[in-house]
Amino acid sequence: MTDTDVDLQPKKKGLTRRQKRSLSRGVQYAVFAAAVIAFAVSADWDRLQNQFAQADIAKQMFPDVITLALKNTVLYTLSGFVVGLVLGMVIALMRLSSVGPYRWLAGVYIEIFRGLPALLIFIFVGVAVPLAFPGTEIPGGTYGKVALALGLVSAAYMAETIRAGIQAVPKGQMEAARSLGFSPAKAMVSIIIPQAFRIILPPLTNELVLLFKDSSLVLFLGVTLEERELSKFGRDLASTTANSTPILVAGLCYLLVTVPLSFVVRRMESKAQEAIR
Amino acid sequence: MSRPEIEVRGLHKSFGDNEVLRGIDLEIGQGEVVCVIGPSGSGKSTLLRCVNLLEEPTEGQVFVGGTEVTDPDVDIDAVRRRIGMVFQQFNLFPHLSVTENLTLPQRRVLGRDKAAAARIAAENLARVGLSEKADAYPSSLSGGQQQRVAIARALAMGPEVMLFDEPTSALDPELVGDVLAVMRMLAREGMTMMVVTHEMTFAREVADRVVFMDGGVVVEDGSPGRVIGDPQHERTRHFLSRLLDPAMAEVEEETSDQVGKSGE
Repeated sequence: MTDTDVDLQPKKKGLTRRQKRSLSRGVQYAVFAAAVIAFAVSADWDRLQNQFAQADIAKQMFPDVITLALKNTVLYTLSGFVVGLVLGMVIALMRLSSVGPYRWLAGVYIEIFRGLPALLIFIFVGVAVPLAFPGTEIPGGTYGKVALALGLVSAAYMAETIRAGIQAVPKGQMEAARSLGFSPAKAMVSIIIPQAFRIILPPLTNELVLLFKDSSLVLFLGVTLEERELSKFGRDLASTTANSTPILVAGLCYLLVTVPLSFVVRRMESKAQEAIR
Repeated sequence: MSRPEIEVRGLHKSFGDNEVLRGIDLEIGQGEVVCVIGPSGSGKSTLLRCVNLLEEPTEGQVFVGGTEVTDPDVDIDAVRRRIGMVFQQFNLFPHLSVTENLTLPQRRVLGRDKAAAARIAAENLARVGLSEKADAYPSSLSGGQQQRVAIARALAMGPEVMLFDEPTSALDPELVGDVLAVMRMLAREGMTMMVVTHEMTFAREVADRVVFMDGGVVVEDGSPGRVIGDPQHERTRHFLSRLLDPAMAEVEEETSDQVGKSGE
């Protein structure tokens, strides 16, 4: 550095920007390492392993944990998703209707069912529905009840997602369809909704992941042994064996499905990003 | 002259307090090509959109092929089948291939069977010179190609009248020619056409009549030679001079008699 340089750039006291940046990064790594070490040292690994990772107990869960529990979880989720999708579509279209009372009713539905814990809705379906309509039986037994409860919960979210998707389709699409002679209903079915679903595929898949987890609430409906899903199955076995390994195995089974699904969602989202560019 | 194909009587259109059309009377005969020109905000696109009722007129009547479009009891979907419309932004259906863009409306709206729809689609793609793009998706086409597909899609419905809403305004300059060529071909074939455009060369060469609009009214209506070549009104002259030689335009005060906004 020459003297003139010093004149032009008066030397600041303390660290340069580059030094600050590397210091800040160093501190972050140090905190992370300290936290990991603290956790590893303070946790009682022997007891943890004893309680959560007993290989023989895990072994005794198979194959039922897959053929019964996981199967039921998937069944509950899919049936709830289908009910929610159909109901959500109806509510979304009501929300966009030109008839005031439809819009109003759809709005009330969405606010109520989005604002209530899923657990309360399960209890409502299990207790209040049979009480309010004595003699009526929800078809499909427990499966029907779960489909209804999960459907009621997810319909509120899906209705908002579907509505947003429909509104995200450019206005020109409806105009083009109408000027070709499509009726509003035909244009909606053939032109708008197919495009809306492409837009909302990622959030709908997210909803599937949420439902997958919410299906554990079925235990509040009271289920037979054959109807148990992952959470109930894991808990039951945990209490009979007085060991928490089944909980861990059940948890891993959830992740077996949710992690790949989330991965698919991320793939779809980045693809959609590319399509916009 | 026999019954006009398009007839507009005393048409008014307001968006809220904004009166975009202030009494339009216009007749377009069968096989006639009419170009509507005018500054942005003059109401020309709104006029075009009133013809197939994409905009609902506030007042006045529109007849197409003798049917009153503005009659509240008219089967508007049936009327629109006879009116082809081409948009500035093409508005192809992005989730369908080019062929499906042409066949789906025929099948859903006209109830044509698959084979007939496919045959008519192929014919019309050939007319616009895009047979080889039959299986492509709109997003893989250039703007000019998309607009030609949009024209073919409208033609596949067998319209008696075609409306063009600034069909080349969204195109790169070097792609404009292909679209104009297709429109010229249609004009030669005797299609009744109403074209909102800024393409003065096209208007001069192809149009039977040119209508100059400003401030929501028709200022001049006559042959291209007269309206473009020898405009009678100061407003027309002013518009044309700015359009034909934009580099020479002077900075001027904004006037408040412009109606509508840039949404035109």
